[in-house]
Order: sequence, then structure tokens, then C-alpha cells
Amino acid sequence: MKFEEPTSDNLFDRAMVIGKATPRIDGPLKVSGQAPYAYERHDVVEDQLVGYPLGATIGRGRITAMDTEAARNAPGVAAVVTTLDIDPLEISSFNNARLFGGNEVRHYHQAIAVVVAETLEQARHAAEMIDVTYEEEEGNFDLEKAWQNGLGTDEADAETGNVDEAFASAEVTLDETYRTPDQSHAMMEPHSSIADWSDGENMTVWTSSQMIAWARKSLAETFDIDEDRIRVESPFVGGGFGAKLFLRSDAVLAALGSRAAQRPVKLTLPRPFIFNNATHRSATIQRIRLAAGQDGRLTAIEHEAAAHEFEGGGNEENPTNLTKLFYAGANRRVKHHDVVLDLPESSSMRAPGEASGLMAFEIAMDEMAEKLGMDPVEFRILNDTQVDPMNPDVPFSDRNFVDCLKVGAERFGWSDRNRKPGDTRDGLWMVGHGMAGAYRGAPTLTSGARVRLERGHLTVETDMTDIGTGSYTILAQTGAEMLGLPLEQVTVKLGDSRFPASSGSGGQFGAASSTAGVYAACVALREEIARRLETDDVRFEDGNVIAGNKAIPLEEISADAEITAEDTMEFGDFQDDLEIGTFAAHFVEVGVHAATAEVRVRRMLAVCDAGRILNPVTARSQVIGGMTMALGAALSEQLAVDKPRGYFVNHDLAGYEVAVHADVPDQEVIFLDTLDPAISPLKAKGVGELGICGVAAAIANATYNATGIRVRDYPITLDKMLDRLPETF
Amino acid sequence: MNEMFRDKIDISLTVNGEPVEGRVPAGQHLVDFLRGALGLTGAHASCEHGVCGACTIKVNGEAVRGCLMLAAQADGADIWTVEGLSDQGTIKDLQDAFVARNALQCGFCTPGMLVAIDELLGKEGVPSRAEIREHLSGNYCRCTGYEAIVDAVETVARARAQKGAA
Repeated sequence: MKFEEPTSDNLFDRAMVIGKATPRIDGPLKVSGQAPYAYERHDVVEDQLVGYPLGATIGRGRITAMDTEAARNAPGVAAVVTTLDIDPLEISSFNNARLFGGNEVRHYHQAIAVVVAETLEQARHAAEMIDVTYEEEEGNFDLEKAWQNGLGTDEADAETGNVDEAFASAEVTLDETYRTPDQSHAMMEPHSSIADWSDGENMTVWTSSQMIAWARKSLAETFDIDEDRIRVESPFVGGGFGAKLFLRSDAVLAALGSRAAQRPVKLTLPRPFIFNNATHRSATIQRIRLAAGQDGRLTAIEHEAAAHEFEGGGNEENPTNLTKLFYAGANRRVKHHDVVLDLPESSSMRAPGEASGLMAFEIAMDEMAEKLGMDPVEFRILNDTQVDPMNPDVPFSDRNFVDCLKVGAERFGWSDRNRKPGDTRDGLWMVGHGMAGAYRGAPTLTSGARVRLERGHLTVETDMTDIGTGSYTILAQTGAEMLGLPLEQVTVKLGDSRFPASSGSGGQFGAASSTAGVYAACVALREEIARRLETDDVRFEDGNVIAGNKAIPLEEISADAEITAEDTMEFGDFQDDLEIGTFAAHFVEVGVHAATAEVRVRRMLAVCDAGRILNPVTARSQVIGGMTMALGAALSEQLAVDKPRGYFVNHDLAGYEVAVHADVPDQEVIFLDTLDPAISPLKAKGVGELGICGVAAAIANATYNATGIRVRDYPITLDKMLDRLPETF
Repeated sequence: MNEMFRDKIDISLTVNGEPVEGRVPAGQHLVDFLRGALGLTGAHASCEHGVCGACTIKVNGEAVRGCLMLAAQADGADIWTVEGLSDQGTIKDLQDAFVARNALQCGFCTPGMLVAIDELLGKEGVPSRAEIREHLSGNYCRCTGYEAIVDAVETVARARAQKGAA
């Protein structure tokens, strides 16, 4: 099926199941410890051995020798495969850093050996016995230096109007530079796989992946074998946030170990290994210039940024992308420098580009509002746009950003905010209020599904994944809605390469795309049922198919044999002529300790515009989770780079500080009641990445409002404010 | 391999109410004994050094990190994991509240979180939201944020107190 024009009125506008608050259907499995995550799938294949990886301890260079004799002779060891034992594996079309093979070391903790043994303890111990000799080379690990060299060089990526003239003649201007650090996804489940490639022919990988079809294709390319010989399963994923979009070394090492030992091998990447072995969000440096008249209308915007990527690319962290679209303004120039560094591969993490871009841009907007003497909410409302400002012929399909701002201001009590920085006290705490806008695109990807009706029970099969987002539940809701069945009469099976290929989970495209895929398959099933009843006028209600004045139970229709249908939703080119996005306004209150500069977030509010909300329960959770991750980004998360040696120093969950219970205050989310007919038949856009966008800047702005100290270098830690605190407290 | 590591130690303990005997390597973490030798699936290893709480289990009545305790230390211990607590039915109200409030997304942290909450709710009185947050700060969640978890715990604590008073 092809989605070729915006949806008109349809059954989702009179929905019985979609849009209703529905507890996740996979909840009971998860709260009882029975959900099968990759490493604990003890029952999928017998005789599992355990693999343990060894990582390089240099940032760049080559391996001259590896002594594995002791390891190979250690108790319980079944196989040792080193990077010198095999030719360099192909770099798949989804990867940039080679996952294994050859003597070249291109990043710290690059996998250089896997030890396979009867037990984890034996494998781990033997791995430590491998003696590696390196020839270290100088590497380039310094983004700051590259930024200084690159600033102002090269053609703009996009430019409209006359930016220089607009700045020269502007009444009010701003020119500031902002920094966001390298960040880690830090999902709770480490990368884990069980691989069975015992016969060296057919490979089965039980893994933790956001994208089944991509994982399979990557495995085929990496090992140069036919895709038909590979099966990938990932029914439960313990978080991803982009970390599990692409094949990682866990699956590769497990497969190599399995081939060598001729038995299935399970392997999890040790947590301290993940930060440098796998991917992360690149640090960014961003110079933002704004120009406006005294009336507050933006006349020019310039955004120049740099982030780092592994040689060959792959980094999606372009903070200037959103700057082309978010606010009005006739003159605009954006330029992004993708700097090649020898750090581990930077890659997509939740809202790549928008997350870091808004961390900077929405502080700049706050600073500009202050210069103009305007309320930052009013300033944003004044500079709203309903068209792509660089291509005014391209409208937004449905943009209600101004409503987000107005509703948020009202609900938060913005009019009662602290107005003058440093003016409100609560004992030892300086209290401040801040807000920020948020924008995140709403892409769609081709998505397929198969549906089977048997004795009135519907089974949905698609290789879509549920990374915690709620896919199981919203796909069950979609199926139930389409066939007029109660939710209990729908089973959803996900994450298996034997099922039709879906969009997968990522980029905020999963919910919109995969529900449309299930819709397409259900349309095909409805047509098949109609064909059998020799009519084309059917409705599906209360477990019945209604043809004319006759109601026939679906149970009866599918009593003798199962009825199946399969289809794929493709999204038409008309979407290219529109800007389809999601919007939010964030409001935050912080307290900053007058003696220590400790920042405590006291309350948070998000107002979101993302079209139809398929399930308010799971959607709310997505946004609150995003706000929480952004709180970490604002105040504590930072991968520290050892610039001489080229690696992330704080590579564990104690040194990389994510927000915990005690850091997070009461949070509230409001969804505007909007519909976007241009996105899909369900008129629903994703929310999972919107939730992280803009929040950190709202915290930064509230911190400024509390103290009068402007920090432009995330995370906002006490050391950056301590020497500028008030003399007395 | 040094002798200490090579040593295998015989242990006998109770896991989820069942007597268990094992011969474990001295260097084996308790969580790896539970999921490896016993084939359990509830306690998950995440940070592997005691900060995240995903492997939290109950040892002799106390919430303990399964990744910080050695299997060899568990000789004679009475151990409960989320599977056993589920079968026993003692945390059913809490599990139901987690589902109803959507206090989980990916669910990887959930079993450890539930065990830590079970310990909190075993204490006297109804904990405040601040006390709940404080008690659970050693249990990370990266998906859901914490709001719904606090809601679920608060709901159950109040309901239990009411039931107790009635």
C-alpha cells in the first residue's frame, strides 16, 4: 500500500482502542523477570559456551604481536580468535569503524580478541592472559583544536538572503559560542548476543537490536555470506537510544567464537568496554549569531558548528539542521564541520542533531530575549513560522508550537516567574525559572507486517522492535481497532527476521511507520474477508464483520482455517513537499545553592504537539524519560576525553553520571490534541525523541535566571559557577 | 591462573524457597551463578560494579547487589529473586501498580527495582516521595524517568497502610 496523499476522515477519528490509555501488554512479563533479553535466553539453543572480548589499549596504531598460548591452554577454553588470526572483516554499509580483524588499531577498546570457554569466569580470566604488543601512533583527538582551525572556512551548507548586511544593520545582535560534550547512550542492557554459527554455514543470532533487517544485512556484509543463511531475533531490547541501531562487536565476536568452537556462544560486552568499543554522541562546538530589530523580530540567524566523526562518516550529530527550520527570519546561514578524529565512532543517539543543537540554540534565544528586554515566551511566539523559512513554498504539515508555548506558560504559572536573575531566594537556594522550545522532525520509513486471523484471534507479525517504547502495545491497539476486536484478542510478535521487514525503532520513525504497516496488512485482511463474503461493503465491530444487515462473528469466519494477509506501507513523495515535525515547549524551575552552586531541578513541564497520541500512557512515559535523560545532559553527563591517549576516561556507569531518582523532581507532560493527516493514516507522529529536545536548555536558562551566571559549556557543573556566586549567602 | 581462582567451592543455599547445591569458582559473582548455573532470567547485570541496581536480589532479607557478592559468599544464604517473589505473590500489588502506572519501558531495570522497593515497603510507615527517591537512587532507569515509579510505589505504600489500618 502506498500512502500518497494526506488522510481524510477515517476510522481512527472514531477510535475505540487507539488513543486510549492502555497499559503495556508486555508489562506482566517484564515485572516478573520473564521477558527474555538476549543474554538470558538459556533455552533457545543448547550447549552454549561463553565468550569474552579483549579490547585494544591504544587509541591508534598497530598490533605487532599477540601471545595467546597461556590463554589457549587455560582451563575450560574452547577457542581463542584474535584479530591477527583473520583477514579484516568487511565494514558493512551501516558501520564505519571495522568491528574486527587485521593488525590495525583505529580506536581505543577496538575488539582484538575473543576467548570462548565453558564459563564466563574461565573466558574472562583467559582473556586477561593474552599478551599484546603494540606500535602506537599519534592520533588526532582534539575537537577544540579542529574547531579553531575550521571556524569560518568552507562554503555555507545553506544560505538565504544577505546575512552579513542584516547583521551590520541590526539593532540588536548576539554572538556566542556553546559547547556540548560527548555523551553515552548508557542503556541499561549491555550489547549482548548469542550466536550459533557452529557449522560455519547457517547463522542464528539472538541479540539486542533496534533494527532487525539492518542487523541481518550488516552480518551478511561483514562475513560475506548470503543473507538467506542468517536469522536474527530480538524480541526484547533493554533500551537502545540509537546504540543498537547498527551491528556491534558483541554479535560479531559471538559469531566468530561460535564458528571457531563449533558450538553456540553467548557474549555480552562488559560495561566498561562499551563506552569506547561501541558508539556515542559526538561533542559539539557551536557559534550562534542572532540579529533582530527592537520589535523582537529575528532578521538574521547564523549557526556554525563542529562535531567529530570516525573516518568514513556516520555521525548524524549536525546541530545546525534544525536552525534551517525552527524560527522565522529572512537572512540565514548555516555551516557544519564534520571533523574526522581518531576517537571511537560517533553515531546516532536520541534526536541526533536536534538534541545538541537545541541545547545551544535555545540558550541563544534566551540570551537574545534578554537583550531585547522581552519575555522569552513572547519572543518565540513572535518568531514562529508556518513555512520552511529557507524555502517558503514548503509549509509545515501541522505546526502548533505557539499553542505549546501558550498552554505551557499558563499551566506552569510563567507569569509568576522570577524575572530578574538572582532575585528569588528560598533559604539557601536561589530559585530560577527557564523555558525553551523544541523541534524534532517526524520521518517515516517503509514498514511491513503480516496478520493472521484464527478463530477470531488476530496475530500480528513484523520484525519491528520494542526497545521499551511500547511497540507491542500500540501495534496490538492498531490491529484491534482495524478488526473491531478487543485488545485481548490480539497477539503481537516482534523482532524476528522471519517476519516482514518493518521500519524498526529509531529516529522517532518507529511508531508512525510501524502502525501504518500494520494498518496496511489489516486493510489487506479486511479486503480478503470481504472478498470471501462477496461484498465490498464491510465493517468490523465488536468481534463481528458486518456485511449489509448481517453480523458474522470473526470467530466463525476463521473457524476452519486461518486467514492471513501481508502488506507493506510505503510513504509517498508528497511528504517531501512538506515539513513534518513535532514541537514542544519546556518549562523548568531550579534551585541553585548559594554556597555550593549545586543545581537542583525542582519541577518540569513539557507541552507537546505530535499529532494523535496513540497511547497516552506509553507516550507520556517516552517524554518523561526524554526529559530525564536531558536533565542528565544538562547537569552531569559527559564523556571526558583523554586527549593525549585518545579515549573516554570515565567509561563505566559510576563515572558517567546519568540522572538517578534523587536528581529528578516532579514532572508533567501535556499533549496538545492535534492531528497530522500528512504523516500516516493514523495521523500520529513519534514522541520518543521530542522528549529530550530543548529540555537541557530550559534547565540552563532557569539556572541563569536563578543566579545571573550564564554557563554555555555543558554539563552545568558547580565548578563552572562557583567563583561567580554572590559574595554573601 | 592462580590457585585461589582455580578453587571450586561447594555451597548450599536456598533460592526462591528451593534448596540448591552448587560447586562454584571462587571468582564467580552471585548474579552469574543465578543466571548461569540456575538458569534464572530476572536479575540482570548492567553496570557490573554495584552502582545501577539492575541485579538487585534479596539475601537473608536484605536487598543486595548480585554483581558485588560472590556466589561463594552465599553458602547458607536465603536468596530471593523477582521470580520467587512473583510466585510467592507478595509483590503482586506492586507489580500490578508498575504495569498500571507504566513504571517501566524496556524493563531491564525493573526486577532489581522491585526488589529494592520490596525492601523499602517492608519498613514501618508510608514513605514520602522524597524518601522513595532517596531509597531508589541506587537503581538506575534510563528509559522511563522516575516519576511513574515513584507514583507506583506511593500508591502501593498507601494502599498497604490503609489495608493494615482497616
